[in-house]
Amino acid sequence: MADLQKLYDAVLNGDQKTAVAVTQEALAEGIAPLELITKYMIPAMDEVGRRFECEEYFVPELLLSARAMKGALELLRPLLAASGAQPAGRVVIGTVKGDLHDIGKNLVASMLEGGGFEVIDLGADVAPEKFIQAVREKNAQIVALSALLTVTMPAMRKTIDALREAGVREKVKVMVGGAPVTPQFAREIGADGYGENATAAVALARQFVQAAQ
Amino acid sequence: MSRLAQWLARGVVITDGAWGTRLQALGLEPGALPDAWNLSHPERVLQVAAEYVEAGSEVILTNTFRANRVTLAEAGLAAQARQINEAGVAISRRAAAGRALVFASIGPTGKMLLAGEVAPGELSAAFAEQAEALAAAGADALLIETMSDLEEARLALRAALRTGLPVIVSFAFDTGKNRDRTMMGVTPEQAAAEMKAEGADAIGANCGAGIERFVPICARLKAACALPVWIKANAGLPEWRGGQAVYSTSPEHFAAYLAPLVEAGASFVGGCCGTAPDFVRALVAAREAM
Repeated sequence: MADLQKLYDAVLNGDQKTAVAVTQEALAEGIAPLELITKYMIPAMDEVGRRFECEEYFVPELLLSARAMKGALELLRPLLAASGAQPAGRVVIGTVKGDLHDIGKNLVASMLEGGGFEVIDLGADVAPEKFIQAVREKNAQIVALSALLTVTMPAMRKTIDALREAGVREKVKVMVGGAPVTPQFAREIGADGYGENATAAVALARQFVQAAQ
Repeated sequence: MSRLAQWLARGVVITDGAWGTRLQALGLEPGALPDAWNLSHPERVLQVAAEYVEAGSEVILTNTFRANRVTLAEAGLAAQARQINEAGVAISRRAAAGRALVFASIGPTGKMLLAGEVAPGELSAAFAEQAEALAAAGADALLIETMSDLEEARLALRAALRTGLPVIVSFAFDTGKNRDRTMMGVTPEQAAAEMKAEGADAIGANCGAGIERFVPICARLKAACALPVWIKANAGLPEWRGGQAVYSTSPEHFAAYLAPLVEAGASFVGGCCGTAPDFVRALVAAREAM
């Protein structure tokens, strides 16, 4: 019998090798992929988030846990798709136009994936049109915008305005984040929410999805 | 006496302020790579450097913060890495005209080793190329700044030390409730101990939070390694007013922290994001009053 507690521990401790091994073993024994995700992996990522908030974990630990989660998820995804299971939500994410910084955005993307979301990562220096196109094509519920520079923050407002002009603003919730971004700025530009860090972004994305249900 | 010790013999040295915001005021497009201007708009880069020398900076940096091959590649400029760094030093030397020392800036690549975005060998090669170009062009010292990852800082330091120039390594402590860890969770004690063990000539803190947070960090760096401490604080966090980022700290408020910083062990004091020549003038005046 696969020891599923080990899967939880492996994600929590950022041990990708064990996470993958236990997942393989569990699948071979016929355990449902969704059970692995909802009972062990997502709770482990929630604990990672809690430790990050308490400053027991920092970015390196977050990255390792997200990588362990990702390794296991790669085994499960084809099975989930075949069974018609839906992700927690679909998020289009990118660093706004003019800004090449992607560390924060990548971290948020990893944590969202760890939280069970399907993430469509458009990369850095993303033009508003690309966000609009991705929202339409992927039927996303959430748009996540990142900026590291004060000088590229206005591109966040432009992206939100462009979503509105394209008629897709009402279809999505927009969340923003990045070092110089503040809750006040988020309100001012008409975003639906602000995430101070990667774990706050996951919590916010969950709120958005729950509110829509 | 080492070169660094000679420079510090007369007490705290006032360095410069931010460059990126000054260059934007002169027309640099938001999001464009400032370093590219060393070749395309050298006269405007010179103007920024000269403003700081004029304001009383005894050390000025170079416009080479992002001029490593890994970062330049994103803007399609990797092939010009050497020229951009050489031009950066040449511009600052011309502005300094013997009145200020030129410490050449080396920033992080923006790629994470731990996430596998870049290999250690690539980082080492990029930093070695940059450090050699800066040294060959006549920099007085090398400043590795705004670091958050110990491993990347270590690779940059090793590359920089091979030039034989004095090397300062400065970290951005901007994370945690007390804003006293780097994004990667590194404490001032860890940074100081690790960089000293690798042979750094000085340790520092830059960017991060407002200047009031730098006094305890400075004291902790000093207590952990006894090397000279380099401090370059932001002018607070930007507030957003009418579509403009406004830094709330005034030059006078900023300069009021000079004495507490010196007491905490700072050897070099200057400004990072949001600071301007006014801040340097205020620091020079505050030192005279000490």
